[in-house]
Amino acid sequence: MADTTVIGAASSGWAGKVSDALWRRPTLFLLLLLAPPALWLGVIYLGSLFALLAQSFFSIDEFSGLIKYELTLKTYRELLIPANLDIIVRTTSMAAAVTLASAIIAFPIAYFAARYARGRWKALFYLGVMLPLWSSYLVKVYAWKLILAKEGILNWLFGKLHLTWVLEALLSVPVIGGNSLSVSYTGTFLVFVYVWLPFMVLPMQAALERVPASYLEASADLGAIPFQTFRNVVFPLALPGIIAGSIFTFSLTLGDYIIPQIIGSSRLFIGQAVYAHQGTAGNIPLAAAFTVVPVVIMGFYLWMAKRKGAFDAL
Amino acid sequence: MRSDGATGAPVALKVGAGAGLLFMHLPVLLIFVYAFTTEDRTYQWPPPGFTLKWLAVTWNRPDVWEALQLSVKVASISTVVALVLGTLCAAAVSRTAFFGREVISLLVILPIALPGIITGIALRSAFNLADIPFSFWTIVLGHATFCVVVVYNNAVARFRRTAGSLVEASMDLGANGFQTFRYVVLPNIATALLAGGMLAFALSFDEVIVTTFTAGQQATLPIWMLEELVRPRQRPVTNVVAMVVVLVTFVPILAAYYLTQGGGSLRPERQSDRV
Amino acid sequence: MAVDRVDMAVEEGEFFAMLGPSGSGKTTCLRLIAGFEQPSEGAIEIFGEAVAGVPPYRRQVNTVFQDYALFPHLSVTDNVAYGLMIKGVAKSERVQAAEEALEMVRLPGYGSRKPSQLSGGQRQRVALARALVNKPKVLLLDEPLGALDLKLREDMQEELKALQRALGITFIFVTHDQGEALSMADRVAVFNEGRVMQVGTPREVYHKPNTEFVAGFVGSSNVLPETFVEKLTGTAALASLRPETIKVVKKGGHEAEVLGTSFTGAATKLVLRLGDVQLNALVDHEVGDLKAGDKIRVNWTPGSVHLMGGAGG
Repeated sequence: MADTTVIGAASSGWAGKVSDALWRRPTLFLLLLLAPPALWLGVIYLGSLFALLAQSFFSIDEFSGLIKYELTLKTYRELLIPANLDIIVRTTSMAAAVTLASAIIAFPIAYFAARYARGRWKALFYLGVMLPLWSSYLVKVYAWKLILAKEGILNWLFGKLHLTWVLEALLSVPVIGGNSLSVSYTGTFLVFVYVWLPFMVLPMQAALERVPASYLEASADLGAIPFQTFRNVVFPLALPGIIAGSIFTFSLTLGDYIIPQIIGSSRLFIGQAVYAHQGTAGNIPLAAAFTVVPVVIMGFYLWMAKRKGAFDAL
Repeated sequence: MRSDGATGAPVALKVGAGAGLLFMHLPVLLIFVYAFTTEDRTYQWPPPGFTLKWLAVTWNRPDVWEALQLSVKVASISTVVALVLGTLCAAAVSRTAFFGREVISLLVILPIALPGIITGIALRSAFNLADIPFSFWTIVLGHATFCVVVVYNNAVARFRRTAGSLVEASMDLGANGFQTFRYVVLPNIATALLAGGMLAFALSFDEVIVTTFTAGQQATLPIWMLEELVRPRQRPVTNVVAMVVVLVTFVPILAAYYLTQGGGSLRPERQSDRV
Repeated sequence: MAVDRVDMAVEEGEFFAMLGPSGSGKTTCLRLIAGFEQPSEGAIEIFGEAVAGVPPYRRQVNTVFQDYALFPHLSVTDNVAYGLMIKGVAKSERVQAAEEALEMVRLPGYGSRKPSQLSGGQRQRVALARALVNKPKVLLLDEPLGALDLKLREDMQEELKALQRALGITFIFVTHDQGEALSMADRVAVFNEGRVMQVGTPREVYHKPNTEFVAGFVGSSNVLPETFVEKLTGTAALASLRPETIKVVKKGGHEAEVLGTSFTGAATKLVLRLGDVQLNALVDHEVGDLKAGDKIRVNWTPGSVHLMGGAGG
């Protein structure tokens, strides 16, 4: 044979040399791949987060309004005054209510899409959830501003159906009621559910899709009526998906400050409190301490979710 | 006897699923009606009349055009940054099992897992601490941070579906690392990256919460809309802008869907059933 | 999967099989030769050249992958011409070479298809053509027939053997199927738990297994215990006795009790008990109807009892 060597001269030049060097040092190659994203997210993003967290341990001087750079828990004491605790409880209850309602509304959609929709219908359902998920958040909020307005479609509809008394009865209920839907907790709740609902449907559908139809047939075969099958087979298997979806609905509600500002009563949510404290009040330490609340709640939530195996459904 | 899966659904389930879908879509459709209303002071329903006037009015509004331009620029650059970072990260994570892999995945997801307000205020206070003035680039920095995850998710899924032996086969046939990337890896992940890029663009184009903290004086389109929502001054123009935003965001979402669903020939071939 | 103290030499132009159960290190060995993995210790030489630190794309060694690893985004022609394209061969030239290679694997005219439009057997041929078109010094085949059904597998065995003879290229073939290894290879290396147990011609490893493992894995031989062998031969050692060397006789030999029989098509399999030793025997159907509990006599030629050096493997 003419060429006796088995080591080919293929790909000489700098590209070949760099490639050789990286092939011999796979760890270096891995580090080179990871360096840009790790630097960006690890330094800029995590750095900012920790800087924020650190500021919650400083406090604001009551007279000068400037930040005193001394470690103190004073800001946390301020966080725990009744007015602020009210905000925390209000936001958390809203997040819980929104999550529960989303789960209930999402279930039939997810279940139908996972179990019965085929071919064209399946694509339609998928897009039917994806489009609202990705379409503009502000536009969605704006749509509800139109719907809930006094002169808007909902009041008109209730009037046409001669059901205005139902609406008035609802609005006269303390806490959830108010002058009109657009300035009541009910309004805020409706918009939250609307905006975050797709985030619940998708993981739920993913979890339900992994339940083989044979499980349901087996359950029926063993004598379970449909409700028993749902309770004992479908629901437990869908639970990780529900929890995965609830991570989104819960977290997004906890941190939102725009929806309650536009549709709702004047009572603050955590996001609005953070916004107000960092903005007009200039109290960055208290704003930082407020952001710790959703972080702690979500940390606890994620820890529970992990134990339930929800991350496989994401 | 006939057996058909779709007909087997209980009526209650069909009604529940249908009502849920309507609930998700009707409100946005309402905007399309309002964009053509003749009423310009209230949100009156039903609209007293219809007109195309507001399309022209909006078209001639420089502030809308400026906001739109800024949004497109921010979204484009954020998407490019996210594409690079997300692909690198996905390649590293799917390539080998290394120590700290879980940490990296968590780090990528964190910016959208945590409420946007936290990312926003954290960046804002960091800019303040570092004496960085707010600018176009501070907006991009924030947007790219939470866009990485979308690209990453798409790329990781595709890397997982693409058999690792393809890279080995390419090297076995004489292609060095760069040639393998160009001729084998890139063609196989291209549609996933395109889909991820589209979604990242849509995400950035629409983002408002983080932007309010990192934008300074500039107004992206969502910031413009937010101001209109809080203090309505230009109801008819807002209606038209909202409608356009809905239409514009549908394009990348639909495209991304078809890119990830229809790429039949780009999927790694299935092994024989008898393995 | 790790390999340890693997020491073997493959001759130029031979058809060499690496045989072993899954996890025995045979595939790792193949990947070391291809360059996908690097040895932590020791050396690999190909035609006398050390290849440590040489990346796979610089080795004139090509591989047929277990999952074929055909590039899904390229046509069959582009798949086969890939190596030539990388080498910078002109388009018309490499397309022609690809077409010739496809003819060689009896897939002429399939060039414009996508891999997803081919059957498993056809993909396997494309993978073969893609490797051979580069004229490698050594062709590595990783369980190439594993995904094919029985009939196709038998045809491909013949074809591969004929190709290897015609081309004169060294083939190194990994398989867990002992029948495949024995029928195709010039020589076989039997792997177990990361070690090479025995290297030899198919006849050697079949008739003269050196360990209990080889005896059991290659052709499922009877392994006779030391005490029994001592009675037979005077030497206290383990020995192998192939089931087909056991004959049923009218008189002489050893008395055996039939524990069970099964019909296997070409022969009848008997499970026998000789004292406290249990043996499998493959006998022709002429022995007639035997059933469990029957007492018969069996014998074998002294040469059939092969003493094994390594006691346990």
